[in-house]
Amino acid sequence: MYTLTHLNELESESIYVLREVAAQFERPVILFSGGKDSIVITHLAHKAFYPLRLPFPLLHIDTGHNFRETIDYRDALVKKLGATLIVGSVQESIDNGRVKEETGYNASRNKLQTITLLDTIEKYKFDAAIGGARRDEEKARAKERFFSHRDEFGQWDPKNQRPELWNIFNGKKNTGEHFRVFPISNWTEMDVWQYIYKERVEMPSLYFTHERDVFCRDGQWLAAEPCMKRKPGEIVERKQVRCRTIGDISCTGLTLSRATSLEEIIDEIAATRVTERGGRADDKRSETAMEDRKISGYF
Amino acid sequence: MEKKETPGGYLDMELLRFTTAGSVDDGKSTLIGRLLYDSKSIFEDQLEDIEAVSRRGGNEEVNLALLTDGLRSEREQGITIDVAYRYFATPRRKFIIADTPGHVQYTRNMVTGASTADLAIILVDARNGVLEQTLRHSYIASLLGIPHVVVCVNKMDLVNFSGEVFEAIRARYLEVAARLGLQHVTFLPLSAKLGDNVVSPSTRMPWYTGPTLMEILENTPIDHKINARETRFPVQHVIRPISDKFHDFRGYAGRLAGGTLKKGDPVTIFPSGLHSTVTAVTRYDRELDEAITPESITVQLADDIDVGRGDLIVARGEQPRVEREITLMVCWFNERPARPGNRYIVMQATRETAGILKTIHHVVNINTLEPETGKEALSANDIARVTIKTAKPLVFDPYARNRVTGSLVLVDPDTFETVGGGMITDGE
Repeated sequence: MYTLTHLNELESESIYVLREVAAQFERPVILFSGGKDSIVITHLAHKAFYPLRLPFPLLHIDTGHNFRETIDYRDALVKKLGATLIVGSVQESIDNGRVKEETGYNASRNKLQTITLLDTIEKYKFDAAIGGARRDEEKARAKERFFSHRDEFGQWDPKNQRPELWNIFNGKKNTGEHFRVFPISNWTEMDVWQYIYKERVEMPSLYFTHERDVFCRDGQWLAAEPCMKRKPGEIVERKQVRCRTIGDISCTGLTLSRATSLEEIIDEIAATRVTERGGRADDKRSETAMEDRKISGYF
Repeated sequence: MEKKETPGGYLDMELLRFTTAGSVDDGKSTLIGRLLYDSKSIFEDQLEDIEAVSRRGGNEEVNLALLTDGLRSEREQGITIDVAYRYFATPRRKFIIADTPGHVQYTRNMVTGASTADLAIILVDARNGVLEQTLRHSYIASLLGIPHVVVCVNKMDLVNFSGEVFEAIRARYLEVAARLGLQHVTFLPLSAKLGDNVVSPSTRMPWYTGPTLMEILENTPIDHKINARETRFPVQHVIRPISDKFHDFRGYAGRLAGGTLKKGDPVTIFPSGLHSTVTAVTRYDRELDEAITPESITVQLADDIDVGRGDLIVARGEQPRVEREITLMVCWFNERPARPGNRYIVMQATRETAGILKTIHHVVNINTLEPETGKEALSANDIARVTIKTAKPLVFDPYARNRVTGSLVLVDPDTFETVGGGMITDGE
């Protein structure tokens, strides 16, 4: 007789949720950003239905401002799993006039992604979009459900969420509505890394310390890529950095680090005193920035 | 078991889920903030954030309560209106807190938060003693079958850390516990604001020699691990790959809801009553010697029989109930009232069927716990004893025996909202 460890129990819970998605929805899709959380979701989904091939396509919302490593990793993973990849292009949304690009030094396509995402969900008639959001990430997410109902405008109503009891998940909806599903809701950043370590999940090189051209803005290191417009006085330096979260280049803060292995990353996280979203420019806009974006249909 | 240390903690910690219910001013948010703060689960940027908000709100001290009050509307009203989930870990355990509001109008939120908890923290203000709301929170813990209750007598600093006050509250609460049939109740005196007995032992209450709250949380046995009981495996999904390599593979995917399961076990499938034998229990590509609750596994059977989502696989001889008329305690969530004759979709374990509300036996007055008969409809936050009739039979155990097979939710067929949560007491 053995007992379940916290990682076994979290994995079991997440696999349960993923299997509920397969049972209750007709056209589910995994929102794949190339970040560790969506990588873990894909890994869990692969395990949940084995020996069946991954039953959900991967949807990548491409802002056009991606790290090359993210795209390489994505394509290799899709090939390895025999999965279907769908790309929703923010550049296309801009070209079609669906969204208007932000201007200025802090311009980011992060917010524009929402429209591209909702358009892609509608185009493919996806009824469940599976994401890697976790409740420990940000205060507005602490109240998110596993099965999060979205109205026909893709909006989240924080005051009118369906109660979620025991392990019964209600995925019923009217035509045109869809669900966001968050199977790793109960995981923390540390759980995710411990799981990656335990399962030996292959990770993009961006998470490990490497040398890169960077510049400093408001105390945060950002990648000196062509899409990043620098203010006068912002000087490019070459530094040893790694990503703690991976998003679009414009909102991914880089951490000065020496961690080159999973063990060292876990050590670094255990010692660190700033939340991982502390490096996300998009959350810093106001005290309730995340809540506002979620209401409008953000991930 | 091998204790393997890894950087940053252990890979084999246990997981404890607990719930807190509290009203404005009883210090619940401060207590949680204190647990997170003293266990070093708060990061610098979160602290800076709440310091800034505290200053803007005119607070002189850092308001730890702000750590748990997330949504804008809550910050504005200064109350917690939904269930918020919080996380922290010690080297022994990872903890999930379901933090719920405590007022009558949020009974549904308390019920939701309590549904998955292994332990409930009941906060009592040392100045006020056992109140109506203490009774209410305790009743919900008992109704939802939470195995352990920890009564925290808070604000001891405001009663001069008096042992007499604590003992009087303890004696009064033991009457409540007896009335509700609560089994495992622990008491401790603390001050969430000053940190006494939360993580560090208090130096101001030498008369108390018991464990701190953190020690209690770290050492309370976790129910499903000590309580194996009958084997219950609700089938979620059938896995049938169409490939040459796995030509005849037919796997039943699900999460074990009771007992254990291993290769060679004779089983019976309900509601059909067909028999078979387990030929393999797997997790991913690995065959398990034995699966335990609550593992997600895939099960293969010896016989080619009709098994699908909604069926329950049990150890042969450990018969569940199979009924179409079911009596349950229900908590009503919705503004649309429930009247006898109303139709609902019933979701129970992985089964789903149409149902009709037949009878409202009584509504519980959750301040006095007295049953009130003669109610014609249930309104939001009511807790009531009702009987439903289902189109297809449910396969269940009484909730007191199994929280997975004994629970159900009711869904409104017009709006698809989850309108009620039920704990089955019996079939007719």
